[in-house]
Formats: sequence, structure tokens, C-alpha cells
Amino acid sequence: MRKLLKQGWRPILVLILLFIIWELSVIVFEIQKWLLPAPSEIFKIGVAEWPNYYGHVLATSKLIIIGFIIGSSIGIIVAVALHLVKFLRLSMYPLIILSQNIPIIILAPLLVVWFGFGMFPKILVITLVCFFPIAISLLGGFQQTDRDLMHYMKMAGANKKQIFWKLEWPSALPYLFSGLKISATYSVMGAVISEWLGASKGLGVYMTLASSSFRPDRVFVAIFIIVAISLLFFLFIMWLEKVVIRWHSSEKRDSNETS
Amino acid sequence: MKHLNVQNISQSFGENHVLDDINFSIEEGEFVSILGPSGSGKSTLFRIIGGISEPTSGDILLKNKSIKGKPGSISYTPQSPSLFPWRSILDNVLLGQEIVGKKDRKKALQMIERAGLGSYEHAYPYELSGGMKQRASFIRSILSPQSLILLDEPFSALDEFTRTDMQKWLLSMWAEHRRSILFVTHNIEEAIFLSDRVIILSQRPATVLKEFNISFSRPREEELLLSEEFIELKKEIYQEMRLSHA
Ligand SMILES: Nc1ncnc2c1ncn2[C@@H]1O[C@H](COP(=O)(O)OP(=O)(O)OP(=O)(O)O)[C@@H](O)[C@H]1O
Ligand SMILES: [Mg+2]
Repeated sequence: MRKLLKQGWRPILVLILLFIIWELSVIVFEIQKWLLPAPSEIFKIGVAEWPNYYGHVLATSKLIIIGFIIGSSIGIIVAVALHLVKFLRLSMYPLIILSQNIPIIILAPLLVVWFGFGMFPKILVITLVCFFPIAISLLGGFQQTDRDLMHYMKMAGANKKQIFWKLEWPSALPYLFSGLKISATYSVMGAVISEWLGASKGLGVYMTLASSSFRPDRVFVAIFIIVAISLLFFLFIMWLEKVVIRWHSSEKRDSNETS
Repeated sequence: MKHLNVQNISQSFGENHVLDDINFSIEEGEFVSILGPSGSGKSTLFRIIGGISEPTSGDILLKNKSIKGKPGSISYTPQSPSLFPWRSILDNVLLGQEIVGKKDRKKALQMIERAGLGSYEHAYPYELSGGMKQRASFIRSILSPQSLILLDEPFSALDEFTRTDMQKWLLSMWAEHRRSILFVTHNIEEAIFLSDRVIILSQRPATVLKEFNISFSRPREEELLLSEEFIELKKEIYQEMRLSHA
């Protein structure tokens, strides 16, 4: 945590500066509250309204977590399948890349038409945005497996299963985590988008209501909360990575963070 | 019965003719070095003996049984120490046993201790120096159940003094555990100092140019490196290799 503060003070400083400029501009130019509220105003509303929207926060968080777990599991399964079965890799890889050109915003309403307003189409949206970074990055990780270590395993008489579990999987773990970090933030976006389409609860719903009733202050509250959730989620994955991957030298870690 | 027979091995990669009719053998418990210029195909030969690549022609016999294309019959130490970064030193040296056969933690701990790596058994490889990694890598080979050990230039990345220490350490381990060793190097001195026999390979396409029997008594000490016979032999081998280099 202390290390985080040490490295994170610059962006935090810039953020604070931006907020100050924003606050001052609102005061100096006498901007109307219904156009653009000042940060202090947003903060006040955020605190006062907490009982009204914390149910939405809970609903969205639940959706994010379920969607992320399902989406990343599918990402991992796809990567492993493509890695182990050459035919699948050759036939599916280009299609998976293509799948990312489908604009989710356009696709999402269709999903509602097909599957209704339940959990399923929402999970599907999150899965669609989540699985890709994980699958691609993990697959890349498998292909980066050290050649000397591979030779060693083969010469020692290891079978395919041993090679996978003792060599390829652990050596791809850092790549898996880079995928997970990207997907973590994507899943938050995915959840909010999926809620726009129709849901009874959630930050997406709260946002839609706030914006249609001309309450930009509430929209901003929702935005800040979404950002906070993304950040927390990202930090959680980072922490998990540190716990799981303890074998990297500290030098490597440092150079990763500064780069 | 020979421990290993390399019979008429040739290997080409497309137009690139790398190995040309290689023949030699290793006795039980013998220490044999292969000396050859860079790129002559030494690692390629090791991969063939190790069974992970098929020669264009020829056969490999381990105790009279063909092991061509059958991995798992020899113990191999690659050119780099090739420790698994996510395994502790203890788990690394146990890997060979883990793949084929039973793990013997007690013996592994003893060997780690004997190699001067005690207190490092739970460390990760990045915490070790180059020489320590090589020692761990070699312990992994000795602990593996296979009786023939292939070492591919294990000391080439070390400085002169560490190198000499490692050579002496290797000889003491070998004296204690009596495995047959096939050792690749392009350092003439190293080959003479360590081996019972030195096999000289030519440039690509590689053939066996000559074999030298090294009859210096064991255990061998550093002083040997400066003795007249040693230097004489070194000259002879050098000239042999120089001729083929032209
Ligand atoms: N799988 C392969 N496909 C094509 N060519 C190969 C393959 N493996 C090795 N070669 C070629 O074989 C030749 C010998 O390579 P090898 O690595 O065996 O040499 P070496 O004697 O071990 O060299 P060094 O002393 O530098 O380690 C090289 O020209 C290399 O390009
Ligand atoms: Mg080589």
C-alpha cells in the first residue's frame, strides 16, 4: 500500500489539481447547477443520497463479479483449448479476433430481444467483453514458454499433461494476470452498459434515471462510483498477482512498474 | 557392453547438413567430452541422443537398446541452467524424479547441503548466482533416475575462477555418484581437465575428427593445468581443431 502511494502520488496530485480547476471554473463562470455541478456539490449529493443508491451499487457489484468470473473462466478455457488443440487454434483464432469488431452497444439490445431482461443477456455482454483480453494474453503466454525449459521437460520424459501443468501453465501466469487486469476494468463497463438495456436495479439504471430527469449531479456521482469500483477491482487483481506470483525478482517487478 | 552407442548419426535440416555420420561410444561410468566449434551441431546431437529430435539416419543405443526418438532415457542439463523460476531450489532439483519415479526429499536436501546451497533450499532461482544455479541444475541431473547425464556447456557463462571451482566440484560429485557423463564444451582446457576421453568434432557438417584418451590420474588438481604434459596435449588438440577450421 505504501509503495502504491509512493508511485501513485503524481496522478493523485494531477486529479486534485483538476478538481480545483473545475470547482473554480464553476464559481468564476457561474455555471448553472443543472448544466455542470461543482465537485463539492457532487460530493455533498453523493453523501446525502447514499441510502438511495447503495442498493444499486450492490446490484451492479454482484453483476460485475458474477460476469467477471464467468467471462474470465471462459477466456481461460478458450485459451487452453486453442493452445492444446492445433486445429482449433488455426480455425478459431481469426474468428475470435473478428468477434471483437462487433460493437457491443449495438449487439446488446438484440440480446435483450432474444433473451429477455433477466440475468443471462447481461452476463453474456460482460462475458463478451471479458473473455477476449484474457484468452489472447494467456494464449500469447503459452507460446512464450521458454524453449530450454521445454527441452528439459521433453528430454526428461515428461508427458503432455506434465508439460502443461509443470511448465506451460505456471510460465503463462503473468500473462494471465495482465489479461485479468484489463478484463477487470472492462467488466465494470460491460455491467453498466448491460444495465442500460433494462434492469430493475443497478448503477446503469440509476444513471439512466438521473440523466433523463436532468440531474447531472447524480450522473456524476454514478460516474465516480463506477470509477472507484473499477479501481478497487484493478487493485484487487494486482494484489492477487503479487500473492500468486512470488518468484519474480524484485528488479523485474520494479522495471515493470516504471515502464 | 557399452553404456551408450552413437551409430552413424547424420542430420540435415533441409539444405543445411549439420551432422555427418557421427560414431562414438561411452563406457559405463566414463566421463567423455565432445569438443567442437560453435554451431557445429553439438546441441543438435544432444537433442538426438535425448530422443526429442529424430536423426535423418543412424541409431542411438543405450545398453544395446535403441532409444532413438524415445525421450526420458537420459538426464539432460541444457546450455542455460534452466531452473524453473516458480519452483524453489528444492522443488527444482526434485523435478527429474517427479516426472519419472519417486521423490526422495531427504536425499535432495543432503545434496543441496553438500553443494553448498544449504539454507537456499526454499529460495527461488532468481536469488542465486550463476554458479549456484549451475550447481542446482547439476544436482537435478544427478538426482534424476537416469544413469547417463548429458551436460551442454554448463560452465560457459561463468568467470574463469568460478569455472575452475565448478569443474572441481563436478569431478568430486562424479567420483561420488559414478554416473556416465557426456559433456559438451568448446573449451579445450576444460575438456582435458575433466575427461577420460575427448572427442573432437569438425566444423559443419560435423564428423568425429579424432579421439584423445586422457590418462592423467584422478583426483585431478588445478596444478595439472600448468603441467608440461597437459600443455602439450592442449597444443595437439588445438592444432587438430585449427586444421579443420581452415
Ligand atoms: N530445429 C532446427 N531446424 C533447423 N536448423 C537447426 C535446428 N536445430 C539446429 N539447427 C542448425 O544446426 C546448426 C547447429 O546448431 P547447434 O545448436 O546444434 O550448434 P552447437 O554446436 O550447439 O553450437 P553452440 O556451440 O553455439 O551451442 C545450426 O546451423 C542451426 O542453425
Ligand atoms: Mg549448443
